Amino acid sequence: MSRLKPVQILRNGDSVPLAEVTILEMDAFFTAVKQEAAAQGRVVALFASPAGDEFDLFALIAHDWQGTLALLRTRVVDRYPSLTPELPAVHLFEREIAEQYGVVAEGHPWFKPVRFHRSYSAGDAWGRDQQPLIPGDMDYYRVEGSDVHEVAVGPVHAGVIEPGHFRFQCHGEKVLHMEISLGYQHRGLEPLLKGKPGPATMQRLETVAGDSTIAHATAYARICESLSHTAVPPRAEAIRALALELERLANHVGDIGGLATDIGYLPTASYCGRLRGDYLNLTADLCGSRFGRTLVRPGGVAYDIDKDRAEKMSKQLALVTRDTKGALALFFDCPSVLARLEGTGQVAMDDAEALGLVGVAGRACGLAVDARLHHPWGAYIRNFDQAVFEETGDVHARAKVRQREIVNSISWVKQALSSLPDTELSLPAGALAPESLAVTLVEGWRGEVAHVALTDKQGAFCRYKIVDPSFRNWSGLAMALRDEQISDFPLCNKSFNLSYCGFDL
Amino acid sequence: MLKILRERFRQGYRTFPYLKKDPVIAERFRGRPQLPIEPCALDCHACRDACPYGAVQIDQGRIGIDLGLCTFCGDCATACPSGTLTFSCDHRLATRKRDDLRVGPAELQLAAALDKRMKKLFGRSLKLRQVSAGGCNACEADINVLGTLVFDLGRYGIQFVASPRHADGLLVTGPVTENMKSALLDTYAAVPEPKLVIASGACAIGGGPFRGSPEVNNGIGDLLPVDLYIPGCPPHPWTTLDGLLRLLGRLEGR
Repeated sequence: MSRLKPVQILRNGDSVPLAEVTILEMDAFFTAVKQEAAAQGRVVALFASPAGDEFDLFALIAHDWQGTLALLRTRVVDRYPSLTPELPAVHLFEREIAEQYGVVAEGHPWFKPVRFHRSYSAGDAWGRDQQPLIPGDMDYYRVEGSDVHEVAVGPVHAGVIEPGHFRFQCHGEKVLHMEISLGYQHRGLEPLLKGKPGPATMQRLETVAGDSTIAHATAYARICESLSHTAVPPRAEAIRALALELERLANHVGDIGGLATDIGYLPTASYCGRLRGDYLNLTADLCGSRFGRTLVRPGGVAYDIDKDRAEKMSKQLALVTRDTKGALALFFDCPSVLARLEGTGQVAMDDAEALGLVGVAGRACGLAVDARLHHPWGAYIRNFDQAVFEETGDVHARAKVRQREIVNSISWVKQALSSLPDTELSLPAGALAPESLAVTLVEGWRGEVAHVALTDKQGAFCRYKIVDPSFRNWSGLAMALRDEQISDFPLCNKSFNLSYCGFDL
Repeated sequence: MLKILRERFRQGYRTFPYLKKDPVIAERFRGRPQLPIEPCALDCHACRDACPYGAVQIDQGRIGIDLGLCTFCGDCATACPSGTLTFSCDHRLATRKRDDLRVGPAELQLAAALDKRMKKLFGRSLKLRQVSAGGCNACEADINVLGTLVFDLGRYGIQFVASPRHADGLLVTGPVTENMKSALLDTYAAVPEPKLVIASGACAIGGGPFRGSPEVNNGIGDLLPVDLYIPGCPPHPWTTLDGLLRLLGRLEGR
């Protein structure tokens, strides 16, 4: 067994037989995780999977500038020493492991449930086996003092929006700390994905977060393709990337409109609200669904763009582009808008890095995290060099990242529509390799979507781990609110625009 | 200021004259299914087997689809070897009764208007409180779209409000997760009588893609009395608008 390496080095979309992944001693595992993280590593996932009466613990650490992913594995029984004090980016992962399997992270400074569901294994990490589970029922961080007050909001909010609970510790109008408690949207997705993949599997992945359908569907399709060694035709790759960029456009444009609404700048608010729908309709022109349902399938895509359709879509895109640029120009030219955005909801780069922020929120703090650049796949290989970064980490930076990405995505879609490779659309994806692990990253509009799948002896999924970018970024919103006015919450929240259902699974 | 006016002029007037004109919907959109009138001669059951949610039923060769369970993925139509099962572009799908969603080849029984008393109360002003009880947020996204200038829901006197105390009814999305059940019931209790309940989307009607998960209730079910069912995953904004206007009796005879 000398060929076994302590650390498996994978690339985005790789799969590996589980027998080739060394099970490290617990001490060696934690030392190695810390070493990998110290060597410019970024934690992508930390999760458990049942192994008999015990649990396999997997850590996946990205070395972005090398385009690699280090995979480490150990085995635990019911507890292990928490990594969070040294590596804050894993704080939610450790809480998630405890909630799912009752495996306790000893010394975790913030050891609380995440989604408020029953443990998948025998024990509950908080001894609640006989008690009813009430979402949001946990100890919140509290500030004491005569003038300090607490504001509780949710789960049902004042708009057409998903449920979540927020606790603000305030001194006058100033927020000293905000804590977020979610789980209301928990549908038990990960256990639902176990077994042989079928049509429902894809639909469940498409609805992890409805606004990121293409991102999650692509990540799942690539898991199947990796495990069945299917090479996706270039035309399908091009259409997937085109749809992903349309998804980015719809959401980024909608978010700028949302920021404008929260500020009360009505022209951009109303134009962007309409334009968001126009981008969704372009996706519907492609596959019939405004959210890209049923487009991506393991092995390829279900719908083609013939010459006529490409021309029609290009024409429509040109019209929408002009209106988008006009609406954005008004917004970013207006001094009162900029004054409201600049300096609001700042997150320091060091904090962003320590918490492992990804996507728009990470790039707005100057973090170079974009899977399209570092871990390219499909059509992005050799074609993507337009990653966008800002440095100030405030609402303005998050708006600017979106504005610049809108411009880039428009030219990507335009280019893609005129240069679709002339190949078939789809190849049959065969049976999945048994007892293997596959990992895929996809840069959705919100940030990095990571999927890890493990198969059993029959080639069925025995564990499917989803990491939505929101899982990493909600802590960033909490940091952004520190020392801000409580009235800034809607604006800060909109600038992150995180998913509740993507977090809750 | 001049820049704003110039841009306003350029962007033009975009509100769609619904009721006067039929909306343009993507040709690949999957709306109301078109089912064969004659019993299917083939005994292949390919359409039924393609549906992971049991939405397709075959009774002595006659194909029926439960639009409450259907996510409009179109897999049944793709699987059909004879091509007799197809989805049309027709966006009008909302019904008053759960049973009306179980459609065969006959005309779909679209939602009838509220009774006289309720119509008098809500016909010209309907305030709704939306509750998201699970789901994927796509339903919420396409409900929010109704507030944009294309749909301009406000012109029909329909509005989403912040408090259940100000509302005439609830519009519920999501399969009703265990963790949202009590919040949903509390919100319903806070709406003054008489009140309406609208189940919007495959999740709220039958659990949608999450049907069968122990963490969800497979939709509203018997938790609340539902007055309007709007199918779709998510429902197209025109489908929702059509359903709401039918409920208020604004589309009678159409």
